[in-house]
Amino acid sequence: MQSKKPGRRGFLKNSAKLAGLAAGGTGVSKAAEQLTNTSKPKGYMSDEQIAYGERSHYVTSKRLPVMSRHSPDEYGLMFHVLTPLQDSVGIITPSSLFYFATHRGAYIPDIDPKEHRLMIHGMVDRPLIFTMDDIKRLPSVSRVHMIECLGNRASAANTTVQQTHGLTSCAEWTGVELSLLLREAGVQPGASHIIAEGDEEVKGSSCFELAKAMEDCMVVYAMNGEPLRPQQGFPLRLVAPGLEGIFHTKYLRRIKVVDKYYLTYNDYGHIQADPRAAQLANQIGPKSVITYPSGGHKLQGPGFYEISGLAWSGAGAVRNVEVSTDGGQSWKAADLRSPVFRIAHARFAFPWKWDGKPCTLLSRCTDELGTRQPSREEAGRYFNDPPGRTRIRGNDNSIQPWKVAADGSVTNGLA
Amino acid sequence: MDLRNRVFLLAGALLVCGVARSQAPDYGVGHPATQTEISTWDIVISPDGKELPPGRGTSKEGAAIYRVKCAGCHGADGYSKNHAPTLIQSKTARSSEGVVPCLQPCVNDANTLAVNAPYATIIWDYINRGMPLGKEGTLKADEVYSLSAFLLFRNNVIREDEVMTDKTLPAVKMPNAKGFSIPVWKHGTPRLPGYPF
Repeated sequence: MQSKKPGRRGFLKNSAKLAGLAAGGTGVSKAAEQLTNTSKPKGYMSDEQIAYGERSHYVTSKRLPVMSRHSPDEYGLMFHVLTPLQDSVGIITPSSLFYFATHRGAYIPDIDPKEHRLMIHGMVDRPLIFTMDDIKRLPSVSRVHMIECLGNRASAANTTVQQTHGLTSCAEWTGVELSLLLREAGVQPGASHIIAEGDEEVKGSSCFELAKAMEDCMVVYAMNGEPLRPQQGFPLRLVAPGLEGIFHTKYLRRIKVVDKYYLTYNDYGHIQADPRAAQLANQIGPKSVITYPSGGHKLQGPGFYEISGLAWSGAGAVRNVEVSTDGGQSWKAADLRSPVFRIAHARFAFPWKWDGKPCTLLSRCTDELGTRQPSREEAGRYFNDPPGRTRIRGNDNSIQPWKVAADGSVTNGLA
Repeated sequence: MDLRNRVFLLAGALLVCGVARSQAPDYGVGHPATQTEISTWDIVISPDGKELPPGRGTSKEGAAIYRVKCAGCHGADGYSKNHAPTLIQSKTARSSEGVVPCLQPCVNDANTLAVNAPYATIIWDYINRGMPLGKEGTLKADEVYSLSAFLLFRNNVIREDEVMTDKTLPAVKMPNAKGFSIPVWKHGTPRLPGYPF
């Protein structure tokens, strides 16, 4: 009987027809029987909901594509999708809401994990090929790390924190340390860089230092307790903590160990003439943003609100976060309200009593190296930009202002 | 054998074991990759072009391939009103169409591959792995050499009669050879010490 079901959706469509069979006790599940019985109270779950849970239909938080390009892009542009940070709580981004970027519009490769292979070769003693089963036999680690795209830039045109900061998310990743795989292959003396390559149509690839690969990179097959989502590189991806998002190669199929920097597919679009800009584009800086209240929120009136936000750094753990409720004239320490993992989002909070007057809310973070998040003006002064003409080089980790008006409406302070 | 010799022998044995252990795999999981598997998969090309396969192509041959396989998206003159990246810089190309404002995000004139690439070999790698859209990986080596020659010629980097091969392509002097910086990552070090304070 089960095998004759025309798929779950078809099954539900045909539920009336099948209800007759169910009444005959021919093996249709009890839940389905309940679903088709109108005398049962509302709220009974479908087989689908029993098998894999859904959020409440009252919850409507959703991702948005940048530039509102919803459809597959026939011209092969990068395609970016923003996570709804204005609704975020805690530090883990739900897998369904995790930001992503692709090489070729909205196309996602369909990779059978049974067929997928990872090759490690180049300057190694033993070039190796791993199946997914091989990789899962090896000692695993689970770590919480954020990823942020270099395109995560705030501008005056943005209205919400989803638009200003939505190209970063944070998950628990499970897999094998890349250093373990490289030791299995036996890295040869003289090797200096690795190239990681994906298995999508364009075989997107990036190159970075072997020292970083050996430090803390992971080859992961799971996020947030289940296999990677296809948008996140199913069945295998690289996590290169703290490096900008494009280095976290999805659909990972190959790692080549080499003795020099190779400029390859993903790196080409990011070349910088100024060595300082190249540094700022490579690793994510110390950064924070207030997610509540933020652009588009509306305060109900004067009184108590807990200001809440996220802070992170590509260099390590967040040491502290400060909040200003007077546009930067004074700064006070915020509380860290989550476990503080290295190179991960940390949730901060600041108790605030709004007096009902217009004001500007800011946050800034300092990381474990003592590096502090700059304002746009501070960043501009470093590069001698003319006042008001600051262009943030590399990762935009500048301080985000949110303006609160007397009526409680919150807007982008850059506008 | 006196005690001292025994100690030396034991130390020697430990040293040998230690060396052997550091060279051997810890887990022995995975299977050896054959040379054939490696050469089939390895499509990345280094700046010096050592991985380039044998082959050749000219700008004229490239022009014919470009018309059939590339012009549909990139335009007959290497730029188009579509979102496809500009391939021939406008100063040499804007003859049959007006200047088109670049819609962001967009690879624009300043990023024209055959001009901006610090090494000519990245042009080969990029076309070989990423083009044409939807038929990636179908171009033959000679076609990629020809298209590389075509783009280099049309952007005034090489002469029309120069033949691009696995030997000549890496030797092309690129106008932007010094126009990029290689980022450096160091353990426990700020990405740019002193920025912005």
